[in-house]
Amino acid sequence: MSILVIKPGLQTSIQDAGRTGFQHLGINPGGAMDLRAMQTANALVHNPTDEAVLEFYFPAPVLQFNAGAFIALSGADFKASVNGTDLPVDHPIYIPAGSVLQFNGKGKGQLGYLAIQGGLELIEWLNSYSTNIKAAAGGFEGRALCAGDELTLNNHPKSIRSSPECSVLPWKAFTAPFYTNNPFRFIHGKEFGLLSEISRQRFTSEGFTILPQSDRMGYRLQGPGLELTGAGEMISSAVTRGTIQLLPNGQCIILMADHQTTGGYPRIGHIISADLPGLAQKGIGETLHFVQTDLETAENLLVMQEQHLQQLKNACILQLDAYHRH
Amino acid sequence: MHGAPYTMYPLGDQALTIELGNTIEEPTNELVMRVFHQLQKNPLPFVSDIIPAYSSITVVYQTAAIRKAHPGQSAFERMKEALILRLQQTGDEDFKHRLVEIPVCYDPELGPDLAELATHAGISTNEVIQIHTATIYRVYMIGFLPGFAYLASVDPAIRMPRKLQPRPLVAAGSVGIAGEQTGIYPVNSPGGWQIIGQTPLSMLDVSQESPCLLEPGDRVRFYSISVEEFNQMKKSRSV
Repeated sequence: MSILVIKPGLQTSIQDAGRTGFQHLGINPGGAMDLRAMQTANALVHNPTDEAVLEFYFPAPVLQFNAGAFIALSGADFKASVNGTDLPVDHPIYIPAGSVLQFNGKGKGQLGYLAIQGGLELIEWLNSYSTNIKAAAGGFEGRALCAGDELTLNNHPKSIRSSPECSVLPWKAFTAPFYTNNPFRFIHGKEFGLLSEISRQRFTSEGFTILPQSDRMGYRLQGPGLELTGAGEMISSAVTRGTIQLLPNGQCIILMADHQTTGGYPRIGHIISADLPGLAQKGIGETLHFVQTDLETAENLLVMQEQHLQQLKNACILQLDAYHRH
Repeated sequence: MHGAPYTMYPLGDQALTIELGNTIEEPTNELVMRVFHQLQKNPLPFVSDIIPAYSSITVVYQTAAIRKAHPGQSAFERMKEALILRLQQTGDEDFKHRLVEIPVCYDPELGPDLAELATHAGISTNEVIQIHTATIYRVYMIGFLPGFAYLASVDPAIRMPRKLQPRPLVAAGSVGIAGEQTGIYPVNSPGGWQIIGQTPLSMLDVSQESPCLLEPGDRVRFYSISVEEFNQMKKSRSV
């Protein structure tokens, strides 16, 4: 009952909803970059929505399943297939023992997610399965996956029918409400007011391109140089996922899942939580535009996404139960 | 907390920062730690993290869960009200500070910037060690890396700005100085602090339930050890 990593891919790691409660020790929350894709994949296979999943960039991993499994792929569509059968994203899929899951091309998006019914047998670190590479803890041995790693599958109480055939179940999760494309909405950060009048205008009228130095810690952007009217020296304080910091060279960085817990650069804004899944799926070289919104709108949009997730979970439970009874 | 001025502002849509000042000073940080301990002891519902910093404290909360429990109310406003009440309840009584003593080997091999810092300060390396070990430091906050404690204040005689060009690799356990701050790298990392020595202790031990040696508000005193003691302590650690 295991999955063998034949090729690790560019960077494949175990992630869940993240590690909360330890930021006062400098231990960042981490977790899936695209939390909604992780939740969707889990919902499709009847897992708790925060079950650990595989998160991968392209080139994606090649995985050999040594047991039959119910899986779901969500997030980026990297043109998955097993043994010659194409697999779509956002469907539950049964794959038989011996299947080799591979990804054949980079479609839309940056990060793919694989959920397996029952999840993986892993050791929790500080209440989370997320991989913290800096601390070398969590996930699978605290690191990205390597060729030859063997991931043990948990038993799932709802035992699946074993079959020699790969089958894509006929319902698809509707994920559009989770994703925003440009422009990305932000609320003002504490230091937004320190920007010069012109810089404030340019921040919302011009584009910002994601630079190659971007990773799970943050997206470095190349855009119009922004200027502060006063001194930019600040005393370090906490930052969060989505915080847009202004670096001394006038360029911005958006903090992502593996961000540091504290920072001392001016915070000119915060991408709203509801727009972070869409942002996570933007890659190097793509251009971002920003539009201001308010806190009330940001909260409302997050609540709406949460309601959509609940509906999606309910629908998946009904469908899967019907399938099992069938 | 009677009469202490503060401001509150949203840090995105799932966190709130309470600013208690804008300087690096002991009384302000003491206030931060009092609020931190109060909130840790009696957790508010739907709070996932409490992050103390030099002069502020940030509360990370679950917006969707708060909105579900209190429909029609703003999660930020709800959290703000709860925190204002908590600040009123935060007493002036002193809480106990832990004093953590940390051995440091100030050998030039382990502290490659010690000689340069001594030259910068115009004193001998022995005097630098004496001054560095004479102060009891306070953990103002933990950040940058898991378990990286920002300690202050370094005696003005041995302050030195961080390096213009950060090192690509600073070894775990390295003790550095950056202006009025001193600190210990818990893991191998790039870093720009002036490295004057190394501790054989693990600042981050992921096998422990409390993985970090230092916590916010702790007091720290360094003491000097020889290379032999360093190797001995490091060896006994790995057994």
